[in-house]
Amino acid sequence: MSDAPENMEAGEPNGDLETVQPEQTVEEARRTQHEIWVSGTEERMPFAHATDEGSQELLPSDLDPALDIQRGVAVDDDYVVPERVIDDERQIINMGPQHPSTHGVLRLHLELEGETVVRVKPIIGYLHTGMEKTAETLSYSQGSTNVTRMDYLAPFHNELAFSLATEQLLGLEVPARASAIRILMTELNRVSSHLLSTATMGMDIGALSMMIYGWREREICLDFFEKTTGLRMNHNYIRVGGVAADLPDGWEEDVVVLIKKVNDGVDEYEEILNENPIFLDRTLGVGVLTPAEVKQYGVTGPVARASGVDWDLRKAAPYCGVDQYQFDVPLGKHGDSFDRYKVRIDEIRQSLRIAEQIVATIPSGDYRSTDAKVTPPPRARINESMEALIHHFKLFTEGANVPPGTAYQSVEGPRGEIGAYIVSKGGARPWRLRWRAPSFAAVQALPAMMTDSLIADVIAALASTDPVLGDVDR
Amino acid sequence: MSFFIEAGIRVVFAFVFLMVTVLLLVWVERKFISDLQNRIGPDRAGPFGILQTLADGVKSFFKEGIIPARADVVLFIGAPVLAMLTALLTFLVIPIGAPIEINGVSYSLAAMDLNIGLLYVLAMSSIGVYAITLAGWASGSKYPLIGSVRASAQMISYEAAMGLALIPVVMFTGSLSLVAIVEAQQGTFGGVIPAWNIVLLPSFVIFLIAGFAETNRPPFDLAEAEQEIVGGYHTEYSGMKFALFFLAEYINVFNIAAITTVLFLGGWSGPVFGPTVLQWFLPVFWFLAKTWLIILFFVWVRASLPRMRYDHLMAFGWKKLIPVSLVWIILVAVALGFREFGAPWA
Repeated sequence: MSDAPENMEAGEPNGDLETVQPEQTVEEARRTQHEIWVSGTEERMPFAHATDEGSQELLPSDLDPALDIQRGVAVDDDYVVPERVIDDERQIINMGPQHPSTHGVLRLHLELEGETVVRVKPIIGYLHTGMEKTAETLSYSQGSTNVTRMDYLAPFHNELAFSLATEQLLGLEVPARASAIRILMTELNRVSSHLLSTATMGMDIGALSMMIYGWREREICLDFFEKTTGLRMNHNYIRVGGVAADLPDGWEEDVVVLIKKVNDGVDEYEEILNENPIFLDRTLGVGVLTPAEVKQYGVTGPVARASGVDWDLRKAAPYCGVDQYQFDVPLGKHGDSFDRYKVRIDEIRQSLRIAEQIVATIPSGDYRSTDAKVTPPPRARINESMEALIHHFKLFTEGANVPPGTAYQSVEGPRGEIGAYIVSKGGARPWRLRWRAPSFAAVQALPAMMTDSLIADVIAALASTDPVLGDVDR
Repeated sequence: MSFFIEAGIRVVFAFVFLMVTVLLLVWVERKFISDLQNRIGPDRAGPFGILQTLADGVKSFFKEGIIPARADVVLFIGAPVLAMLTALLTFLVIPIGAPIEINGVSYSLAAMDLNIGLLYVLAMSSIGVYAITLAGWASGSKYPLIGSVRASAQMISYEAAMGLALIPVVMFTGSLSLVAIVEAQQGTFGGVIPAWNIVLLPSFVIFLIAGFAETNRPPFDLAEAEQEIVGGYHTEYSGMKFALFFLAEYINVFNIAAITTVLFLGGWSGPVFGPTVLQWFLPVFWFLAKTWLIILFFVWVRASLPRMRYDHLMAFGWKKLIPVSLVWIILVAVALGFREFGAPWA
């Protein structure tokens, strides 16, 4: 059809646009095209080209295949086809990898027209350290040390996903107390992560005090983690077969105090931000992600729930007996930055609610599995028992033997679905580990949030998405 | 000749006074904002860290001043000088205390008492915009350019609001000289309320808001907006050239606070008693006390409010502040008319 200028002009890297039938309207052409692309049956570009450094960057707008992809993928109601203007009036600007508010080393290529962002392209890979590949050289007991560094703000969730997947391969049941400790730690981890996210969101929007207040409460959480695991981050606490150690003496009081203090702090944040007209101006209707876009990009977690997509793995696919606790899944309506902030604030409260119930109902028993082929024996037993000595030796020289098979286990992390896919060919090391990173999906949804907004909105949308680049790049 | 000697003494005194004030101001801001944020703040250099600013200043003297390859060197170096110059010059017309009478000769405590003081202040702040705009443009870099475009748009539109906020004051007191404006505010209404121009409340509020914008302070610090455009116009500046911008900004904060005091809070007026020397110093004390209160308010706002967005900022300036000032000018004019000529129906 002759009135489809954007299709005709747009480069056509592999020519599949020309197959559009003349009877189709532009909209239909877009739809079919998007179905083809999303289903993954058609690769738009050769794989190597799509991921190498060069083509990650923004091309001139008439050469950019990503623009066509955006047109196909974005929901039409919020996507305005830009008029073709002389490129001299636009500038392409690099935001990151060294930028105060790109949360690490995310790099955004922005095409600006004045202050308006016409196109956005996230560029990733600056923190890629090959952790999935590294996992193939580490035994299952070492593996949680590795994965805990991926999403460094949700270390417990990473360890939990890895451990659960391994236990699935082993067919191992962990004691009820271990499961309860795991849920307690992951929920407190969700609290600390959301506190940091709220803090940095305040900072990125310019409310500097908010940053310090968020860190103040997060510090209480980290103190508890340190007391329990010995480390403030990257704990390697949740391991295959249970957890590394029982909770310290007096942990109940610590958790009760933590719940009280964090709840008070969260009340304070809501006082500072919820009705602050400037904060509302900056966040309401900014960086909107529709439910359809959420599903297209595979976004999960608070970002998806802020758009009204009711998807929480703790409800949908419960793990570690999390379904026995009472909690609500807070949902947003509009999918804008403010709803994401609000959903996180509410989730902090719900997680504290779960922690409260765990303090009241935690079962007694062992904190790790007693399966001698998986769990190292207590130190004292080694001097008494030959069997214990052998198990200890085998576990620490060779590692636990895992039968062949594949396992996928996902947990609801602070940023969404954290999934571990392990392929085992037997032996003490995974043959392949594949990580489902929630931040990755969030980052690929950034153009949909940011296109046709202002620079300040880019920052607000990015801050409310809360990606962790260690998770994206791995 | 004695005129030049006197002028020289006044200028040197004003300079030293400003520098000491700025050193204190930076320290006070950091300490106060630390208190608001549960932090300790600077506490290493000198007692309570009071010499921290001095240490930072000395450090920036020894830092390498990098000039980007694409920069326009003359403007790049000239811009911070211009910023500092306008900031310093603005202070000259501000009276920091009541005139002192020695041997029958009255000495004004403003470095110079211009009869067009207010216009001079506005002119200086307008020229100050050039410093920021040129700095961003001369850097030859994209983020500073965005910052300078923001700065020029923001400061020009808020200058309009600021000028309009001043008109009722001028109408009320009938003078453009800052000394005369303070003198017009001596005395009381009905013996109780001090006769300060703060009765022109809308003007006061608008002037203060425009003052935030003119000094690039949060929540109007869009021109620097570290989280968005990485420091804006001074992204490419380092060493002493950056320090000049920094100092100029803080001098401007003091200037705006001082001018607000002069225009709306009665300047140096306050209870004066005791021996002659005390009578000289008490007005200075009152003036400084009011000024510092406003400065603390500036810091408080910085700790509390997020940054505004560019379009909201412009909309706020043009659609709210300016119409309100215009209406207020008309109201004040009508009120003054009543006072002068009586009600038309009487």
